Amino acid sequence: MNKISYAALWVLVLVLFFLVGPFFVVFVAGFSDGETLLFPPKTYSMRWVWHVFEVESFQRSFVTSMWVGVISTLVALLLGVPVAYALSRASLKGQEWVKTWLTLPVVVPGIIVGLALLNHMVLVFNLPVISSLIVGHACLLVPYTVRVVSSSLANLRHDIEDAAVTLGATRWQAFFKVVLPNIRAGVAAAFVLAFITSFNQVPVSLFLTGPGVSTLPIEMMAYMETSYDPSIAALSTVLVVFTMVLVGLTEKLLGISKYV
Amino acid sequence: MVDVSLSYGKGAGLSVDRLNLSVEKGELVSLLGPSGCGKTTTMRAIAGLLSPQSGRIFLQGQEITHQPAHQRDIGLVFQSYALFPHLTAFENVAFGLRLRKVAEPHLSDRVKEALASVGLSDFSQRLPANLSGGQQQRVALARAIVLRPRLLLLDEPLSNLDAKLRVEMRAELRRLQRQIGITMIYVTHDQDEALSLSDRIVIMRGGKIEQLGTPPDIYQHPATAFVASFMGYDNLFDISVKLPFAWPVGASHVAWRPESVAIVPAASCKLQGRVIARNYLGQHLEYLVDTPLGWVKGHGRADAQTWSEGDNVGVDLRLEQAAVIQDAVTEHKQSALS
Repeated sequence: MNKISYAALWVLVLVLFFLVGPFFVVFVAGFSDGETLLFPPKTYSMRWVWHVFEVESFQRSFVTSMWVGVISTLVALLLGVPVAYALSRASLKGQEWVKTWLTLPVVVPGIIVGLALLNHMVLVFNLPVISSLIVGHACLLVPYTVRVVSSSLANLRHDIEDAAVTLGATRWQAFFKVVLPNIRAGVAAAFVLAFITSFNQVPVSLFLTGPGVSTLPIEMMAYMETSYDPSIAALSTVLVVFTMVLVGLTEKLLGISKYV
Repeated sequence: MVDVSLSYGKGAGLSVDRLNLSVEKGELVSLLGPSGCGKTTTMRAIAGLLSPQSGRIFLQGQEITHQPAHQRDIGLVFQSYALFPHLTAFENVAFGLRLRKVAEPHLSDRVKEALASVGLSDFSQRLPANLSGGQQQRVALARAIVLRPRLLLLDEPLSNLDAKLRVEMRAELRRLQRQIGITMIYVTHDQDEALSLSDRIVIMRGGKIEQLGTPPDIYQHPATAFVASFMGYDNLFDISVKLPFAWPVGASHVAWRPESVAIVPAASCKLQGRVIARNYLGQHLEYLVDTPLGWVKGHGRADAQTWSEGDNVGVDLRLEQAAVIQDAVTEHKQSALS
């Protein structure tokens, strides 16, 4: 190994340490047997891991997060797939402008998005909490779905749609029979990415959640205000494992890593 | 069978300029020309994938100019084959039949028949990714012909294949076309392909038709300097050149194929020059000779006297071996190797 790759390797190790390190602390602390969050723990046990499954507010908010995640992701896909298709197939004037516009939800700070949605949508239309969460999350997720599906579409040649048309398919039929089946993996990747983003979303959810209805990350924050036990650390670990399993499964089944 | 008159393009750069073409039933007509001459644009307009700026297209007497592509009953074989990557060869071929709700067992029978006619019966369950270029090409062909379209368009279907396969497929295509009796319009930039396949050839350039005729017509009697040059008349002279004999009356150009120009010993010929380069062609050697007329390409037999670079040779230009062209558009003198 020459000098540069040796140095690069060291940088890699340091970066990984920096990225994973904090999580490692949380991971270990979750298995502590004590009453308070302590690193390194004095004794180890699994009891806080089992405890988080029994906390009622966690259970409720987990279900909420799941519902909001799935529905807002589906909405973002329903919006994102046609947009990605239009961007890739039509040469429209101002395409770059549209693409820039679509990245706004990612660029604008979440707190501002949350506050704006609260003042100008939720309060104006008197939306129930779940609906406002779904709408808010869907807006945030569209840039992700458009981007991932676009990259999947870019790899698909245009001429097969023309071929379908010459064989008697309308453009609609060509889209559903020829384009969609070939971007399945991209759509799945978009789904996973968007879902995880929604599940972990904090700043916007903070403004949109209300009494009794909350997403899991918000509930975790609330919990930490009153209790300082290792539950949160344990729950974090559980969530990370959950996410890794989800991503791992879809990667195994569909090979989504190409598109993300 | 097919009547086309169309223009396509905006402003000064029309891709297709008032093109007029008629194709008879059962004919194989080639659109031959260099890249950008408008042949693919014409084909796509006939298929319905783009709308002409002006003009009309008739198929069997019915106007189809504004008919949507999916209703036109015109097949198209793409240069890139455009097979559906997620479907097997069988399903690719069955695609059009399924759209038309053809029922079993007819569907399977027709698909199998089509695959058999291109020699791919054993490959029906393969995905395109597991097929070679030639096999993909044949699936694309089967997919189009299974629908028995009134007209089949082929857009340089063989250009992505290697030379040997191209020649084999050419013969296959011709055989199939004759057997089924399907009308075909074939786009290519390869003159050998056009000459060997076509009933008639349409030479296109800059969106216009330069010449339309049978292969012997085009080969022996090019109508314009461009056609002559395109079809291999490498020795093309316009009226400014002083030939060793009288310039034919009314001609704008005189052209020779290299094989019609004999390279002989210098002493035996009025026109002489110095050999600049030579190419071994097997039976013959092709010599590039620098003469007072310009550069001339001629042939000499490989088993007789041969010359090397720098040698002085005679160049035997005979009017009876030349193509005499009356081109209404004056061309600049084209050197032998443009």
